[in-house]
Amino acid sequence: MEAEHIEILEFIKRFPPFNELPAEELERLAQAAEVGYFKAGSDILEYNQTITDLHVIRSGVVEVFRHTGDLHNRLSDGGFFGEAGLLRTGKVRFPVTAIEDTLIYFIPGAQFNRLYDEYEAFADAVEIEDRERLNRAVASREGANDLMTVPISNLLTRVPICISEQATIREAAEKMTSEEVSSLLIVPHVKVPHENANEEPATDNFEVDAPIGIITDKDLRKRVLAVGLSDQTPVREVMSTELVFVQHNQHVFEAMLIMLRRNLHHLPVLKKNQTVGILSLSDVVRHESKSSLFVVSSIFRQNSIEELATLVEDVQASFVRMVAEDANSRMIGSSMAVIGRSFKQRLLELGEEKFGPPPVPYCFLALGSMARDEQSIVTDQDNAMVLDDSFDPELHDEYFRQLAQFVSDGLDACGYTYCTGYIMATNPMWRQPLKVWQKYFSDWIDEPTPESLLHASIFFDLDGVWGKTEYANILNKLIQRRAQRSNRFLACMARNALNRTPPLGFFKDFVMEKDGKHNNSINTKRRGTAPVADLIRVHALAIGSLQRNSFARLEDITEAGILPPGRGPDLRDALELISMVRIRHQALALQQGEKPDNNVAPSDLSDFERKNLKDAFQILSSAQRFMRFRYPNG
Amino acid sequence: MLYLGSHDKSNKDAEPNELQVAGKPLSVQGGNDWQARFLELADTAKDPRLQRYYQAGIDAGITNPDLKLSEAPLLSIDFETTGFDPQKHGIVSIGSMPFNLKRIFNQHAKQWLAKPRRALNSESIVIHGITHSQLEAAPDLIEILDEVLEAIAGHILVVHYRGIERPFLDVALRERIGEGIQFPVIDTMQLEARMHRAKPLSLWQRMRGKKQPSIRLADSRARYGLPWYHPHDAVTDALATAELLQAQIAHHYSTDTTLADVWC
Repeated sequence: MEAEHIEILEFIKRFPPFNELPAEELERLAQAAEVGYFKAGSDILEYNQTITDLHVIRSGVVEVFRHTGDLHNRLSDGGFFGEAGLLRTGKVRFPVTAIEDTLIYFIPGAQFNRLYDEYEAFADAVEIEDRERLNRAVASREGANDLMTVPISNLLTRVPICISEQATIREAAEKMTSEEVSSLLIVPHVKVPHENANEEPATDNFEVDAPIGIITDKDLRKRVLAVGLSDQTPVREVMSTELVFVQHNQHVFEAMLIMLRRNLHHLPVLKKNQTVGILSLSDVVRHESKSSLFVVSSIFRQNSIEELATLVEDVQASFVRMVAEDANSRMIGSSMAVIGRSFKQRLLELGEEKFGPPPVPYCFLALGSMARDEQSIVTDQDNAMVLDDSFDPELHDEYFRQLAQFVSDGLDACGYTYCTGYIMATNPMWRQPLKVWQKYFSDWIDEPTPESLLHASIFFDLDGVWGKTEYANILNKLIQRRAQRSNRFLACMARNALNRTPPLGFFKDFVMEKDGKHNNSINTKRRGTAPVADLIRVHALAIGSLQRNSFARLEDITEAGILPPGRGPDLRDALELISMVRIRHQALALQQGEKPDNNVAPSDLSDFERKNLKDAFQILSSAQRFMRFRYPNG
Repeated sequence: MLYLGSHDKSNKDAEPNELQVAGKPLSVQGGNDWQARFLELADTAKDPRLQRYYQAGIDAGITNPDLKLSEAPLLSIDFETTGFDPQKHGIVSIGSMPFNLKRIFNQHAKQWLAKPRRALNSESIVIHGITHSQLEAAPDLIEILDEVLEAIAGHILVVHYRGIERPFLDVALRERIGEGIQFPVIDTMQLEARMHRAKPLSLWQRMRGKKQPSIRLADSRARYGLPWYHPHDAVTDALATAELLQAQIAHHYSTDTTLADVWC
């Protein structure tokens, strides 16, 4: 009589990847399994030995090592190992030792390989290769994200309506009305060849190319009616010549960001250098009423700190909504940064109303995650002021001190808590003329020590948000020019970038550290997103990238070819994954009425998240090893 | 080993030394000289099935006291019976599991149901997945004897408590073919007793309320970090016993251990 194998069957079906299999396959596996006992301390697999079975831990604990001897993973009941060897070389890649008495169920390799080929869900659940799985996880998430995948061209419903630069404002208004559009592209006047009769009206549609300007209904209101301009004036005189084009295959979200950043409501869309349409803000809003847009516009309608503070809930709601709609971290980070920037801008506007116009020009800087467009909902304020070199402390500092205090208090009221490191414009050290800032950066770069740079890395992510933003550009250019030439500086930055390391992974409901110790939770910022951003910053500085966003920097870095092949995309996926775990954790806290933070407990993570997060940590670890290798004298 | 009956379920895992009736160890001439015994039995057995059984054992070397345990073909075996006395009770199921000290060959596990000749208690019995009607439909042991003997031939049998399988099979064969069967076994319960009951408790220990550690299968397994298995059927218990022997040897015996060190 055929024996049943109830114990084995009941056990394996509870765990991934087996829980993905139909009942008859599970029975076949339970039937085929072999069993073996390993006393604590004994070797289960040795490096490079032939491997014939997938090993499933029925009970006990094992440790998996790299062949360098570094601890790679620790597994307990339901964990499995040996898949990498089975799927690839047939040799053990990671030696395994029992650290508690361990009972192993052996699944024959032939069965395993067959299931791997036949059942996609099974294969997905199997740890084939850290990178590949992580990649798939990120890709499948992006697939679900509408805003990121919808190209601008999907929102275009008609060709752009154009008018000659010589047409009158009245003609333009009539055309906008008859065409039911809110903007017209202005094209150069074309000398019509003689044989085509010269009564050809100048206002007719031209072949659409090379527009020289745009006119919107807002322009008609503000630049014509409000100032009493004649409707016979040529449109050329009231058009906006600042045309910001987007490509038809860019994502809607990118267009939205450009609109937010440049305060534009209409973007001409190019396809093969032809203008194929105009994307308007209302198109975007209609497509996806992304609340961050509305939050930003309402920020600029508030007239006091108290009123601004009432928007905190709207900001949180927009954050939660983006997470619910499966936006990716880059999109959420940018949106939150735009919102944060808008708060600063509105507060500075209000401050200048309150204290009067600035005595000398200045630039207000955003630093750190806001400058990188990687802001989360849990963030403190990191800011600074660059003052004109004509700044005289005796005469002017009181004004800027008051303004800085006003903005800083306002930001705190709006949920951007004071910076504990005191990196704020209220700190006189960080409220200095441009020449002093240039000296700061020169000193950091030319005379670097790990100590002097320990808290300075935040200044290497800087963005001008208000006032003379060219000061910010000057500083960014200085950094770009000098940093890549100073190996000592890069080495010190590299060393600091290695101060914070990821954990090894998870064990039961604990976070496992490289020394084998356990913690109850992990700070996803300190142990995850921040070290990734630090690492990327060093590489970006080394290649002279002017980008600030970590993903954008990574694109430059990958293009520069300074990382081993494949590592750039890996790091991107790792950053996306860790960021999203952090973001989802914070969104969940907000939904449950709790205070969001960065600390994630393993028990709050799904099996899938844990595995992927562990892979992401490993990618970060190996990227850190590479950095140590590249800058050995840091 | 499982006792299948309509009695109080809690009794099924009772320690054998608490039992009123237990199979007596075979009294054999020559003690543990299984080599000589098998040679003799291969010669004297009348039933050709038994002759083949003994010859296979000799050929496989399982009667050689110097055979290393690590090289011995092992087979754990478990009977479910209607009681503890082979003279009064019968076998209702047999589970077997071939293994060695490294691997347990679950895919070669076997299980048989047998209809006992002695009537079951009239009460309905649904224990460990076997129903009264399944047993009614099961063959007499004689009909599966070929298969059972073939499965166990050439293996050292491993049991948890030697007082069941060996005496029950011996008695069952005597009743059916007129001659019994003899074979060495490794008794994981006895190995456990060697470890944990080598010395009786002192008076002081007994006064302090200290008890002898339990050497029942589940309790023994727990000492080696082995998981608790639900006593589903004879095969599960055979698996549990095989795992226990691997654990015992890994913890307490050297790689040079021979059959003579552990069999009885």
